[in-house]
Amino acid sequence: MSVFKDAGHLFRFAGLFVLAFLIFLVVRHYVVPKSFGQYGHYRAAALGEIAAHPAKFAGHETCEGCHSDVADKKSKGKHAHVNCEACHGALFQPLPVTGQPKPNLYERFVALIVPPAPPDPLLLRHAEDPTSVKPVLPDTTVLCARCHTASTAKPKGFPQVVPADHSNGMPCDTCHQPHSPGMDAAAAPDATAKAAGGVK
Amino acid sequence: MNLNRRQMLILLPAAAIAWKAVLAGTPEEAPNYTMSDHWWGMLIDIPKCIGCGNCVRACQTENNVPDGYFRTWVERYHVSDWEMKNPQDIMTNPLTDPQVISPDGGKEGFPVDTDASGKYFFVPKMCNHCADSPCTQVCPVGATFVAPDGVVLVDQKYCLGCAYCVQACPYGCRYIHPEKRVADKCTLCYHRITKGLTTACCEACPTGARQLVDLKNPKDPIHEFLKTHSVQVLKPQMATGAKVLYNGLDGSVR
Amino acid sequence: MYPNEVGLQWSVLIVLYPYITGLVAGAFILASLVRIFRVEAIEPTYRLALLTALSFLLVAPLPLQLHLGHPERSPEMYFTPHSTSAMAMFGYIYLWYLMAVLVFEIWLDYRREIVLLSQSSKGLLRLAYKVMTLGSSNISPRSLAIDSRVSWIVTLIGIPSAFLLHGYVGFIFGSIKANPWWSSPLMPVVFIFSAMVSGIAGVMLLYMATTKLRGLKIDIRCVDAIAMYLFYIFIIDFSLEMLDLVHRIYEADESFRSLNFLVHTQLYIPHIVIQICLGTLTPLVLLFITQVVKLPEIVRKRMYAVSGALALIGIFAMRWNVVIGGQLFSKSFLGYTTYKMALVTKEGLLVAVFLTLLPLLFLWVLVKLLPPWPENSAHAPAPGD
Repeated sequence: MSVFKDAGHLFRFAGLFVLAFLIFLVVRHYVVPKSFGQYGHYRAAALGEIAAHPAKFAGHETCEGCHSDVADKKSKGKHAHVNCEACHGALFQPLPVTGQPKPNLYERFVALIVPPAPPDPLLLRHAEDPTSVKPVLPDTTVLCARCHTASTAKPKGFPQVVPADHSNGMPCDTCHQPHSPGMDAAAAPDATAKAAGGVK
Repeated sequence: MNLNRRQMLILLPAAAIAWKAVLAGTPEEAPNYTMSDHWWGMLIDIPKCIGCGNCVRACQTENNVPDGYFRTWVERYHVSDWEMKNPQDIMTNPLTDPQVISPDGGKEGFPVDTDASGKYFFVPKMCNHCADSPCTQVCPVGATFVAPDGVVLVDQKYCLGCAYCVQACPYGCRYIHPEKRVADKCTLCYHRITKGLTTACCEACPTGARQLVDLKNPKDPIHEFLKTHSVQVLKPQMATGAKVLYNGLDGSVR
Repeated sequence: MYPNEVGLQWSVLIVLYPYITGLVAGAFILASLVRIFRVEAIEPTYRLALLTALSFLLVAPLPLQLHLGHPERSPEMYFTPHSTSAMAMFGYIYLWYLMAVLVFEIWLDYRREIVLLSQSSKGLLRLAYKVMTLGSSNISPRSLAIDSRVSWIVTLIGIPSAFLLHGYVGFIFGSIKANPWWSSPLMPVVFIFSAMVSGIAGVMLLYMATTKLRGLKIDIRCVDAIAMYLFYIFIIDFSLEMLDLVHRIYEADESFRSLNFLVHTQLYIPHIVIQICLGTLTPLVLLFITQVVKLPEIVRKRMYAVSGALALIGIFAMRWNVVIGGQLFSKSFLGYTTYKMALVTKEGLLVAVFLTLLPLLFLWVLVKLLPPWPENSAHAPAPGD
């Protein structure tokens, strides 16, 4: 009996431990995200959140839905396997951030209770509104050189030129049509009138 | 060009579905995706790579990758004639051999090579989405994980930013996002592949040097490819179960 | 160099972290020499060693917290620790060591004084001591005898815990297969022995300094004994480090060329000059001389002080070379980066210096609160009552 009496302070210390552990268990119950451990040692909800990231490259199928004429032309040429956005860039281009109207007091109050929907990723949506939103046409002088500038590191069979020697600084689409770049007999360097043909 | 025809076309089922999928905010809106049906990887065909940097730029656009950090990048190797005559001679090999450059990750292409001797080739790199990934192994809190479909992901709302995973990755594929202060890496465009699209880098690659592969899909051409080609992974001695498969990989690549 | 590798992930703060935990583990091992192995000569340092361990342990998590990108999320380590991560064990090992070993042992050892002080002191201090008694003022001889037995058991558990605390820090580095500079099964063992060297040297210096400050005479029998232990443990530590080095050179695997270059260039000063020559060989030679040659007391004391200080520098250099050195080369073994320490940033030099001095401040407070000097504790009841 007196052993317990003389060791009483030790039980007090142990009691602190037990108390801390109980508090830990309670807090843990509330703090750990609900979906944690559903598939493994991680938050399963994260999968959905990562999958919700907005896409910017729409995929060539989307472009071909409307531009079937270009798709047909391209499929017969050397660039058949070059996807639209490889040259034209992502269909959804980020817009320059413009001055958004500041939320008024009421809107800010509502936002406190009901979190507002995630802001629309300010993207150019050519596919939704083809008339008013138009992607910029790439400059062929820069664009073509990216792939076709000669380099020993490139595969031997890949068509490559030294741009300065090859075209004397003329834009590539003077002679080549980017969608089907094989030399067109009619398109000689002097036929500058044809230049716009490539982008028509 | 008849714009009205195009506007009509956009309402056609195929295009409309593509749109809905692209714009879908939540995975529930892409109901046809079952994680257990997929085991994602990537095939990189080195002889096809021309080092244009399209993949690096596409990745940056698609995923808002901060400048100076890379979810994918392209390296240019230069193996000298000396190195080819003395392969793997590590003790006497000059330290500069093979010479590897990756200016700004190869985003804007590569400078013209001056020394014509030896051999040059490009090696695109990215997260290998290892099945036995050393990075997810060391995460102290379970903020990075191999998803049931084989993609290695980071839960950026849970990550502490301790950088232990960055240290553990043998391939240098991870970084600490300078603004978010959490680990960041290639998600294999998880938001795209779960909606039936390919990754941004594959979409933008002009030569087909990159191909998204689904090793669980019996119809995927990868199976035929693997039967007929010698395919290697990076640093096989690390036994990470890497799922980025390289065709035509030179022995000097590390 | 892979492009993401250019900036270092772990800064000088992560150098401090193993250094500080090492001091904790080493100081505790010294204290356990008294308790478990009954080395009576070093009795005067027993309590000082315990308080040193506690004050450094209190600071140990701070560099980690400051380094995290999201310190507010660090409780996740307790709530969802990942079983395969060495780092996830930190929280639990740390808490266990702090509460179940150090605080408990110090509390048991000081309980009689705490109770007496709670009766004799005034004001806030009285309240603080009252809280520390946990409301029990039982200091009957029988309860103190029980305390002594329990304390012995706690120390017995404490030794493997101290090994665990620091061995796991070594494992954090040693288990990274991607990094050949770190990946080694010897790493935890080297960390433990270097921890003991730094902890013992640290307590020895603190004992000498505090005794001098209080204007008392240093107990030469005590420092002789400490220096002897320091010498033997230092030999083991040095042998292990050299074993690691020789093994690397002899095996010369694919990383060797890259690491060899690093050790001969960027790491030459911190590794060869500071860590091995200045911080290990010099104190070893000095300690060896004190062991084999009969020297006058004053010379011995000075030699001990010098070798203790050099050992502390050497062990710090060792932590630096492991943490920083392991990030200076590319995992492709083709290319190197450099580390530039900032001055005033969150992970800069000033913060590092502050964190190094902070434990000394804690120690000062602890010493004021719980005087560790044997003459006080031995005679406390007599003048007190």
